[in-house]
Amino acid sequence: MAQIELSGIERVFKLGDSEVHALHELSVSIERGEYVAVMGPSGSGKSTLLNLLGLLDRPNAGTYRLEGRDVTTLSPDEQAEVRRTRIGFVFQSFHLVPRLTAAENIALPLMLAGIPPAERHTRVTQALKDFGLEPRASHRPEELSGGQRQRVAIARATIMRPAVILADEPTGNLDRTTGQDVTHLLEELNASGVTLIVVTHDPVMGGRARRRLMMEDGRLLQDVREPAPA
Amino acid sequence: MTPADTLRFATRAATGYPLRTALMVLAMSIGVAAVVVLTALGDGARRYVVNEFSALGSNLVIVLPGRTATGGLGLGNIITSTPRDLTVRDAEALLRAPLVTRMAPLSVGNSEIAYGGRLREAMVVGTNGDYVDIRAFRMAEGSFLPREDLGRASAVAVLGTKLREELFGSEPAVGRMVRVGDRRLRVIGVLGKTGQGLGMNTDELVFMPVATAQAMFNTNNLFRIIVEARSREAIGPAKQQLEDIMRLRREGELDVTLITQDAVLGTFDRILGALTMAVAGIAAISLAVAGILVMNVMLVAVTQRTAEIGLLKALGATGRNIRLAFLTEAALLSLAGAITGYALGHLGAWGLRLAFPVLPAWPPDWAVFAGIGTALTTGILFGVMPARRAARLDPVQALSRR
Ligand SMILES: Nc1ncnc2c1ncn2[C@@H]1O[C@H](COP(=O)(O)OP(=O)(O)OP(=O)(O)O)[C@@H](O)[C@H]1O
Ligand SMILES: [Mg+2]
Repeated sequence: MAQIELSGIERVFKLGDSEVHALHELSVSIERGEYVAVMGPSGSGKSTLLNLLGLLDRPNAGTYRLEGRDVTTLSPDEQAEVRRTRIGFVFQSFHLVPRLTAAENIALPLMLAGIPPAERHTRVTQALKDFGLEPRASHRPEELSGGQRQRVAIARATIMRPAVILADEPTGNLDRTTGQDVTHLLEELNASGVTLIVVTHDPVMGGRARRRLMMEDGRLLQDVREPAPA
Repeated sequence: MTPADTLRFATRAATGYPLRTALMVLAMSIGVAAVVVLTALGDGARRYVVNEFSALGSNLVIVLPGRTATGGLGLGNIITSTPRDLTVRDAEALLRAPLVTRMAPLSVGNSEIAYGGRLREAMVVGTNGDYVDIRAFRMAEGSFLPREDLGRASAVAVLGTKLREELFGSEPAVGRMVRVGDRRLRVIGVLGKTGQGLGMNTDELVFMPVATAQAMFNTNNLFRIIVEARSREAIGPAKQQLEDIMRLRREGELDVTLITQDAVLGTFDRILGALTMAVAGIAAISLAVAGILVMNVMLVAVTQRTAEIGLLKALGATGRNIRLAFLTEAALLSLAGAITGYALGHLGAWGLRLAFPVLPAWPPDWAVFAGIGTALTTGILFGVMPARRAARLDPVQALSRR
């Protein structure tokens, strides 16, 4: 059984009289621990797909099974619970809470999950160490560089030890070298067993993934698998 | 999300935007301060009146010449017909009422009092020996006026404590002769400190037998007669008996007014009740305005923090988590406003007491609780709509907003 199974997914946006098929007849399955790049031209439905996978959006038709369970029919609170425990998001624009420090931003998912402060503290301290953010622990996002911000965001996405990390153009706002650092960081997480699904326009980053989903007009154009690079 | 975390998160959010928070706290605090100050004023006035009248003694019926139109607003009565004078004979007759225990006639005038080289303006009260018991005054030195025939103009006087201080200083006063107007009177007693009562400060009065005072002012009429009924319950029937006696003495026509404390206090009760309603109205308006402000500020906060709300949802926050966080924030802002307003209100009440020392302008406890309670309730009520809007935001669209 695949970790993620999408079959016959449709996502239609209605804009006045016209309809936009952001996703159309999409069926794909992804195994545990895969490294998948989602690529395609602008407007091809990449973000829409990622939002569906992250349970931030519901399909108009089709089923989505996550770890064997049909998650499209869950109640909003159950979906929130799945997001909290199984999924980590990384965004192009980082999405850190500006008034909170790096450490507090990383602790947000733990707080939402109701984990007691003492355990929260140890886990955040460990995460800060793992991501080389210790000296920045009490800095606010505005006092951090783009690369540091994205590292905080990744630390936050992984603090709940999710099964899947969804990243929408995580390097889109970073320069080349910083972007590479972030890519390496995500790949290290993938190497430890977490499923990594990245939306990217960058062919270099896309080329590093062992599987590429090429999208166009809401359809899956190509599903390219490659053996792991040596 | 635990309640403690919700509280902490909301606190950080409130302190994260200091200007907005300050403005909202100010708006809310003005409402609460208004409640505190206005009720302090209202209750101060009520207490002032109650103190004034209870200083008068209990079970009293006051008889004054003339019929008043309204019957009972106290001392500034409107006299509608030319009344016959109230005399010492009337006063004596009133004692025949079975439910009456004691009576004191009052004849009042202004004069000057002198001792040694010291001369002073003073208000003169001519009365009898029972006055001190009716008013429940205490003697500091000597004794009060003798109990004797009301027609005897004994040359004796009793001084208020302040007057005694000003005339005699540390010298003994009892036994000394003072000059009041054109008469020389022997001081036989000094009253203990009593303070304010019915607009005249007893500490500054000079008392003498009613006949002495009437002779001094060359008059036969009385300013007032104070009658004491047997008990509180007897006031009503006693008043009836007094009216009958007076009617008999006036060929069937009642041209005096009888005031009871209950009637006076009742009038003030109505006035102060209306005042309290006005206060409640003003407070309700100012707090409603503050509540609408809370709502708008929170709506702006939701708009400002749309991306944050989307993020929290992506991180697994439930609608309930977000609703509670925003509601807590609104409640915190209202609470801060309520506390600030409470402090401001007490400052205002303190200012009132400085400006009007006779007014015990302390806000009553119920008003303080009501003010703070209403502030919190409005804050939370008006916070519900923005909080629900935040909780219902579509996370995808929220996240795409920057
Ligand atoms: N909320 C929405 N309402 C209407 N149309 C939408 C909405 N969200 C997405 N779309 C449309 O769906 C299509 C797919 O959008 P999507 O954001 O998934 O594209 P994308 O591949 O991520 O593009 P980009 O590379 O520019 O980020 C587009 O045509 C877009 O206009
Ligand atoms: Mg996109």
